[in-house]
Amino acid sequence: CRASSDGKPEKFQPPPKPVIIDKQKQRAERRFLSPEFIPPRGRTDPLKYYMERKDMIQRRKVFNIPEFYVGHVLAVTTADPYANNKSNRFVGICIQRGGKGLGATFVLRNVIEGQGVEICYELYSPRIQAIEVLKLEKRLDDNLMYLRDALPEYSTFDMNMKPVPHLDDEEVRVNKLQVRMKPKPWSKRWERPKYNIKGIKFELPESKMKEAQKWSQPWLEFDMLREYDTSKIEEQIWKELNEELKK
Amino acid sequence: SITGACQAIQKLTRVRVVDNSALGNTPYHRPPKCIHVYNKTGVGKVGDKILLAIKGEKKKALIVGHKMPGPTMTPRFDSNNVVLIEDNGNPIGTRIKTPIPYILRQREGEFSKVLAIARNFV
Repeated sequence: CRASSDGKPEKFQPPPKPVIIDKQKQRAERRFLSPEFIPPRGRTDPLKYYMERKDMIQRRKVFNIPEFYVGHVLAVTTADPYANNKSNRFVGICIQRGGKGLGATFVLRNVIEGQGVEICYELYSPRIQAIEVLKLEKRLDDNLMYLRDALPEYSTFDMNMKPVPHLDDEEVRVNKLQVRMKPKPWSKRWERPKYNIKGIKFELPESKMKEAQKWSQPWLEFDMLREYDTSKIEEQIWKELNEELKK
Repeated sequence: SITGACQAIQKLTRVRVVDNSALGNTPYHRPPKCIHVYNKTGVGKVGDKILLAIKGEKKKALIVGHKMPGPTMTPRFDSNNVVLIEDNGNPIGTRIKTPIPYILRQREGEFSKVLAIARNFV
């Protein structure tokens, strides 16, 4: 107890409250809208996409689908009637995300015992029991199909891999890895500008690279009929999503 | 006439034998090829029996994985995998190291012996 100068007991003064600065809330809220919510360009009735979105949100309320991009390493457990313990776990790198609406899919690739295996999973399938993100890592491309023609070491991931820790407020880092390929012939001619791949270390001679540029179509990026501006649609869908998820 | 698009395993496809049998693993100057598919359509998918020509002999085999994408949630392999089999369904090899899809468990009656020697499932 403090003895006051008056001799009377001083009124208890609580210590100053520590001010907690929550850095997570201070930084701008990171928005991520899953690509399957954005409706494709076309003349179908938007009511169809609205109804699909409602169903997608319902599923998301029950089952957590984490944010992931192409290049992440995921572990998916599915319900399988023919497996031991009725469930089946597969670990792999996501090489592509396709489809819109409820039929959205993602393909996971892994090399097991020297054999490359790819499984295409449907995001909203009731058979999926859990999706865990083991490693958060974006790559230079949207589509990693060239991993089929790359050396198998780039697609091998341990089935019992431990999840790599990642802080929630940091940006997802981009891995600028340049992948080395097996000798040609490849399944697709990845050096051609149509695929626009930046993640391969091409060890081809200069003449071959120049020849590949013959197939470039530089007018495509200026084609106004192919433009599809999704910013307003995304804003709308983001608001809708947040409202529904809060309920 | 135009031939239909090649799907999965049909006549004259080169296959890869994945068990540890002597016939499958000894090197030969010609790769093992399919000469007949025991199916109403001539196209073989996972779980179909085919006739293989290996080292100048005819042998039956079971398809355990192909390069063609199948239904969603089923695995797609990077090579056409095949397990050598006798006429009565007994496998010739004693171990299968490469992963086998779980779908084969559906026909447990016919393939029980093959599934018994398989090590990894996908």
